[in-house]
Amino acid sequence: MSSQDDLIEELETLERDALARVEAAGGDEELEAVRIEMLGRREGRVSAVLRQLGSLPGEARPVVGAAANRVKEALQDALERRADELASTDEEETGRDLTMPGRPRWRGGRHPVQQVMDEIWEIFQGLGFTRARGPEADDEWYNFVALNTPLDHPAADEQDTLYLEEGGLLRSHTSPVQIRTMERHDPPVRIIAPGWVYRRDTYDATHTPVFLQVEGLVVDEGVTFVDFKATLAEFARRMWGPGTRIRLRPSFFPFTEPSAEVDVKRMITHTDGTRAESDWLEIMGAGMVDPAVLDNAGYDSERYTGFAFGMGPARIAMLKYGVPDLRLFFDSDVRFLEQFAGPGDHAGRPEGSGAGGGGR
Amino acid sequence: MKVSLSWLRAIAPDIPDDVEAVADTLAARGAPVESIEPVAQGLDDIVVARVEAVEEHPNADRLRLCRVVAEPGEEPRQVVCGAPNVVAGGLYPFAPVGATLPGGMQIGEVKLRGERSRGMLCSAHELTLGPDESGLMTLPDGLEVGARLIDALGLADRRLDVEVTANRGDLLGHVGVAREASPGGQASLTFPAIPDSPGLDLDLVRGEREASASGATIRIEAPELCARYLGGVIRDVEVGPSPAWLQARLRSVGARPINNVVDATNYVMLETGQPLHAFDLATLADGTIVVRTPAADEERFVTLDGGERSLDPSMLLICDARAPVAIAGVMGGRDSEVTGTTTDVLLECALFDPASIRSTRRALDLSTDASYRFERGVDPEGMDTALRRACEIIRATAGGRVEPAVADCRPRPWSPETVELRVGRVSSVLGVPFTSERVTELLEPLGFGCDFVDDGSEVEAASDAEAVPEATARPESAATTDSEDPAGATLRVRVPGWRSYDVTREVDLIEEVARAHGYDAFPEELGAYRPGTVPDHPLFRLEDQVRDLLVAEGVLEAQTPAFVPAEGAEVRVLNPVSTEQDHLRRDLLPSLLGRVEHNWARGTRDVRLFEVGTSFRSGHEGEPPREEPRVAVALTGRRRPRHWSGDGACYDLWDVKALAGSLGGLVWPGGSVRPGAPDAPDLAAPEAFTLLDGEGETVGWAGRLRDDALDGPPWADPVFGVEVALPPVPAEREPVEYRPLPELPGVDRDLALVVPASLEAATLLDAIRAAAAPHLDRVSIFDQYTGEGVERGRRSLAFRLRFQSFERTLTDEDVDEAIRRVVETLERDFDVEPRG
Repeated sequence: MSSQDDLIEELETLERDALARVEAAGGDEELEAVRIEMLGRREGRVSAVLRQLGSLPGEARPVVGAAANRVKEALQDALERRADELASTDEEETGRDLTMPGRPRWRGGRHPVQQVMDEIWEIFQGLGFTRARGPEADDEWYNFVALNTPLDHPAADEQDTLYLEEGGLLRSHTSPVQIRTMERHDPPVRIIAPGWVYRRDTYDATHTPVFLQVEGLVVDEGVTFVDFKATLAEFARRMWGPGTRIRLRPSFFPFTEPSAEVDVKRMITHTDGTRAESDWLEIMGAGMVDPAVLDNAGYDSERYTGFAFGMGPARIAMLKYGVPDLRLFFDSDVRFLEQFAGPGDHAGRPEGSGAGGGGR
Repeated sequence: MKVSLSWLRAIAPDIPDDVEAVADTLAARGAPVESIEPVAQGLDDIVVARVEAVEEHPNADRLRLCRVVAEPGEEPRQVVCGAPNVVAGGLYPFAPVGATLPGGMQIGEVKLRGERSRGMLCSAHELTLGPDESGLMTLPDGLEVGARLIDALGLADRRLDVEVTANRGDLLGHVGVAREASPGGQASLTFPAIPDSPGLDLDLVRGEREASASGATIRIEAPELCARYLGGVIRDVEVGPSPAWLQARLRSVGARPINNVVDATNYVMLETGQPLHAFDLATLADGTIVVRTPAADEERFVTLDGGERSLDPSMLLICDARAPVAIAGVMGGRDSEVTGTTTDVLLECALFDPASIRSTRRALDLSTDASYRFERGVDPEGMDTALRRACEIIRATAGGRVEPAVADCRPRPWSPETVELRVGRVSSVLGVPFTSERVTELLEPLGFGCDFVDDGSEVEAASDAEAVPEATARPESAATTDSEDPAGATLRVRVPGWRSYDVTREVDLIEEVARAHGYDAFPEELGAYRPGTVPDHPLFRLEDQVRDLLVAEGVLEAQTPAFVPAEGAEVRVLNPVSTEQDHLRRDLLPSLLGRVEHNWARGTRDVRLFEVGTSFRSGHEGEPPREEPRVAVALTGRRRPRHWSGDGACYDLWDVKALAGSLGGLVWPGGSVRPGAPDAPDLAAPEAFTLLDGEGETVGWAGRLRDDALDGPPWADPVFGVEVALPPVPAEREPVEYRPLPELPGVDRDLALVVPASLEAATLLDAIRAAAAPHLDRVSIFDQYTGEGVERGRRSLAFRLRFQSFERTLTDEDVDEAIRRVVETLERDFDVEPRG
């Protein structure tokens, strides 16, 4: 009767011998011979060890069993590997050229505009915001009236709105989510609302009739214009780097008052290492929430104040990546999307998908 | 709004002669300047010249010989001119030999049909001063011969294009822009003196619904749409070209001079923002103006641009005693406009309802300078001044007599609004402390009058008060402010007429305070904040997970517009951007397939795209469209990039099935992927799958696309697609529950079965699982074989079964017994046999 240690030692010896023979094998027949001798179900030497498990004391069985299985797997791996090697006899003769490219995989990637949206979300998540959403097909109450925009006011014209045959409209901004969120939740509110919005614009380099927007809304007791400015300045520094400055310019939106256009000025590092400030870039419209909007959503506008902002990630993506035309973002050209699909590959880049035409 | 720097400085002399600084100030006040340009460019060489005599050209019918004096006292030089309108004694712009025209053309001495020509007389078009190229640009009398044209016409000026937001109708006149641009604000403003005008007093003859004076009667039958209508009368005018100063002002903002009467109205509108209209009084039946909506039979009207307009019953019209003569606030009519033969003029200065003008303008699709201003609101307190200045200018430029008595029909008299402003509220909204002195100091330059509520003093009564003093500034009545500033102080703020449309509430004044204080002056330190009550919407997280899964599979995210053609879509856009793409998509996959074709057309064979987007379907009766979040994937070409080791295989059905399985597992836990396409997609080839949710409802499909679903090149590979709905509100995922790992070895056993080709693997797997219990851990299919050794109509499937027990080490006998049970059961229940 064999002890646990004897059996394990026997297994190790078997493994050493077998691996050496696999490595030395010159053809498939030799490999098959090793496989049968070692792993054959009836006569195999490893199987024979396993059959002795029954004679072991209970606590030793799993230990030896596990060792036997490990040897079995190691042998199977070695057999397969050697078979592959034998299959490529050319290499056998020339030796391996390790500068040959590795086996690539396609690189997937998020859409560049979505990547900017992701960045915006990460920053606002860090500033304590959550995400809210609302329907894209909405109505005049949420899109205009509740947002303090009477339908007969010229401001309702500025976003040329698309109406639906079955009634209602396509939201022209993400601001309706402000009302819908406040209707369902009590203050404090601290949200961003990413989503698609629609306007009656024809396609050109800087306009598309549908585009992503992200709304922000903060409402609580004691929220001030200083909080508003500080939050956007903090966002800008996290988005464009610590040297970034913001500038607020008075503007007009029916649903905010005071209203502002927000510009940023980034620090740019030139190729020669010198740093300079960019021009002012207009990136969002914003302001303190108009009390009428709070009232329309059922909040007490004497007690609560807040601020709101909206920006277009596609425009930011244009600036960030130097993309000259918004229509490129909708083209879905694989060669374009792959430029944004993560870092490069040191072990042999995948061939560009673009090179594949006709290669059948 | 185009403004002239020189005009602004004529109104507020404290505005610096530094156009960039003015632009910066305006931007900081909320009126950014889009462009700055010289009023005239390339005109440095052009001078004012007089044609002394005009003679026939001996060799040409159309050309004439002009004797031109271009320097005082010089001998006339000969210039050949083809313009039909050249007359002896006229003043014209002249380019002497050596001059360069704005287009870059150099003037040389030439001979035309044998006659020497020393220089060129110019049209407005040649000087880029207007579109007219039918003849020479006629200059007003009184200009100095030899003077540079840009000096003579006041063209050495800069024009600013100011962006005016929809709430600031007051910035649609130079006075309003000057108020914002001037360091002193309201107190610095004066109306520029009118040359050759000694001043004028008008006597307003008031009536509520009807007023008559000086042979004109005004009657307002729609008082809700017209609060006030002034009709000034000027008799015996001589319509002709305007003088130089007036033409120069108009040209400086890109307006075209027409005649002295029309130019006067345009000038006053550009200065004050109040649109005016001049009627030929002789054409108005009974000298009467009736302000009303159309009668039943009044369906069409011809405006002065010659357009025939359809009227609807809501539109406000200006009529004479018989018929319409103008569309109120939008455009006058052809038959009543001022012409060269007009002698008596009725000047309209009216206050129309902004919403009414807006709806008329939209219905007619006719936007004019007047409608643009009425829509945004004109100053109810500025009407008298506007009318008086227009009368003065007409008298000074077209002669005639201004009738001092003016019919003033006023169904809804204006009274100024006051708004209470709590100084404490200003500080608490803006986040920095403000005193009532500071608030007053900020508001008064904008024309607001500030007074303490509690001191009992009356707010300035100002129904007829002039917003801006004339010629010489009149001292502003300074509002009283208390030196001590109680924290609870409240100011009563009188809103000037020109801001009465957008400043009606306390918060509107708080914005004015912030704007005047300067947004730059507020600090930007981030303070503490409380977390919100709104939970992060779980669908965003699920969408992120879907993206992560597909990106890891090597798929690229696409974004495609939601607008599609009618086919296969349900929700139609009433006013689409493109009539071909007038629906919202029901399915995402067709958009992605379009993108696959786009890539094929650019020679890209390997395309793998996904999109996360919204599906729109018709709502139930009277309900809004139903929106469903979805993800779609399209794959074609090679499964991996080409590699030197071979393996150039393309995506196949099993790739898309597995992908559908992992997407389904992520999005619809408890669901499944079943063979067979659901009814909906006519895109699917017969080899397709249906995705089911945990309740067995169809939530998507996957499979190969029909070859005719796409338009591809001959080298295109098969295309596979998935489209799956996402739950609108994803459920919380069940947490993973740990299962102990086996401590005893498991045993693998292979089993090859020859089965009918029609017997489904899923059925066999279920049967094997049932028969091999209790020790079967898992079973997989690792090979399928047909061909030699297997009869036709059958296939061989190889299963690998793993047996595992937690209690004991399984013996060969245990496993043999299980395999025997499996084979027996399968042989009994199905037409299968073990393979040798």
